[in-house]
Amino acid sequence: MSERLRQVGIDLQESEENRALVEAIVADNPKVTIRQLPGLVKLQGTGQIVINRQTVEDKLGRGWETGEFQLAIVSYVGHFSEWDDDQIIVKWEH
Amino acid sequence: MAHPADAARVRSPKKLPLKERYALLTRGLDWEPSYVSKERLFPYTRYEGIKIHDWDGWQDPFRLTVDAYCRYQAEKDKRLYAVLDGFAQGQGHLRLSDASYLNAIKLFLQGVTPLEYAAHRHFAFLARYLEGPAPRFAALCQCVDELRHCQTQVHTISNYNKYYSGFHSWSKMHDRLWYLAVPKSMFDDAMTAGPFEFLISISFSFEYLLTNLLFVPFMSGASFNGDLPTMSFGFSAQSDESRHMTLGLEAIKFLLEQDEENVPIIQGWIDKWFWRAYRVSALVAGMMDYMLPMPVMSWKEAFELYFENQMLDGLFPDLAFYGIDPPRHVNVAIAEKDKLSHEVYKILHNFSFAAAFTTQIPGDDHLAWLSQQYPQTFDRYYRPVWEKHKRIEAAGDRMYFRGLPQLCQVCQLPTAFTEPGDPATLSLRHSEFRGETFHTCSDGCQWIFEREPEKYVQARLSVHQIYQGNCGGRSIPDVLAWYGIQPGDNGEYKDSSDARCWAEWHEGNLA
Repeated sequence: MSERLRQVGIDLQESEENRALVEAIVADNPKVTIRQLPGLVKLQGTGQIVINRQTVEDKLGRGWETGEFQLAIVSYVGHFSEWDDDQIIVKWEH
Repeated sequence: MAHPADAARVRSPKKLPLKERYALLTRGLDWEPSYVSKERLFPYTRYEGIKIHDWDGWQDPFRLTVDAYCRYQAEKDKRLYAVLDGFAQGQGHLRLSDASYLNAIKLFLQGVTPLEYAAHRHFAFLARYLEGPAPRFAALCQCVDELRHCQTQVHTISNYNKYYSGFHSWSKMHDRLWYLAVPKSMFDDAMTAGPFEFLISISFSFEYLLTNLLFVPFMSGASFNGDLPTMSFGFSAQSDESRHMTLGLEAIKFLLEQDEENVPIIQGWIDKWFWRAYRVSALVAGMMDYMLPMPVMSWKEAFELYFENQMLDGLFPDLAFYGIDPPRHVNVAIAEKDKLSHEVYKILHNFSFAAAFTTQIPGDDHLAWLSQQYPQTFDRYYRPVWEKHKRIEAAGDRMYFRGLPQLCQVCQLPTAFTEPGDPATLSLRHSEFRGETFHTCSDGCQWIFEREPEKYVQARLSVHQIYQGNCGGRSIPDVLAWYGIQPGDNGEYKDSSDARCWAEWHEGNLA
């Protein structure tokens, strides 16, 4: 129904491990904007944000389960339209 | 540490995919009642008028299973307690921005921590009484989360109790103090509603719509003011909160998709609970703009970012698909964003002799920051108030409001807000019910009252209770003693136990 693409976002704790996660998100979603707030990193994208397990593993240099994303997230805006073993997608449905 | 993903690979190379694991947990395992009816087994899911045709329509995007839940929650606690230990061992309290910062933490402990406990109780109820196994399991996880939040908050904040005053009696205070009746009455209101209304009130309106405004400012404030432990429990709790937000969003979409007749019922609840939760957030507004020695973000900016930008421009166009409109009275909240925090903190400052925290006139740098954040209103309406208070203090006195305020019958805040668009006129509303007059602070609260007057006439209003003799006695000292407030916990910060402790800790006089 909406003609223009709305913003979605993910807020992550600022931490050593999450730097690799942020790098992976930026690599797969080159248009996201990053805002630093005390203690957290706010990522915002238009339409959707995708997190790929493979990219995160490449940046981290170890195995990574998509469930581990639960340890990193502080908040989000949007809807988890996909969350399986390989991918997490945040977007609006309608 | 062995990372969960690596460990999982070694342990079970043939592990099922996430979707299948979740399906096995939440589909087809449920008992079909044989010797009692479904209506007797689940007696609360019909009387609110909500129609559910297929409980399996419920999907948890996190697809959480028991093993994953336990593993991740244990890891979260381990990380948190490492921070708590490090902070305590390194005398972290010495590096707070100022002891007056702890007033924000006292407000949190008295006002929010007991809500976590209340939420855990009600999610235990939902984990028993919702009809579908998937929402029951989601409610069970949230029940355990909320108890974890309550416990970790108490543990975290208890460290300050060794060095500063006023951290005692918070549970009793939550039940008795006038300004804590604002969050308490909202949760009591939600817990006495039906299970579906509770999901819309707490999971959707509180957790999804407003949680960012309620929690993230506290956590960023903690980070900026040297309070590592609070920041860590906050972020640890928020990682659960993201799951709770998802439950809220999932609940509303599920209910809207089940039956078209659910739509107007849900709209009414959104209209009611947005305003209820927003009025509770007024206390956070005052905290953000006035109680942090190193302020992070103004209420106005946070409201624009987290509510107008993310919810009104993001979420509500999505819900329009189902025929849901933005909350009634949302425009009043928008119109108030330039004045809300100033009006609330003025109330807290003028009545701080009856509060379990202390307040003070903002310093010159802080006033300059407020002018900058509120260019349209601060210098015109609010700076003159603080200048007047300064003159009163220069003459050796302190501004306190003598007497007890009229409270709003719904949100329970003193009726000291002003009309939208007119910061010089008090906003007061009156309704008649069964031959009596009831007072509310705004169109939002009046609308809520008139929608269910039978419920709100029963409100326990702190001021009425004092006048009825139910609060320890007739004099202010009697009432303060009944509240559990000890001398030095309340009133002016400069005269407080905390100001004295701060000076002594930083002069090295206390061994």
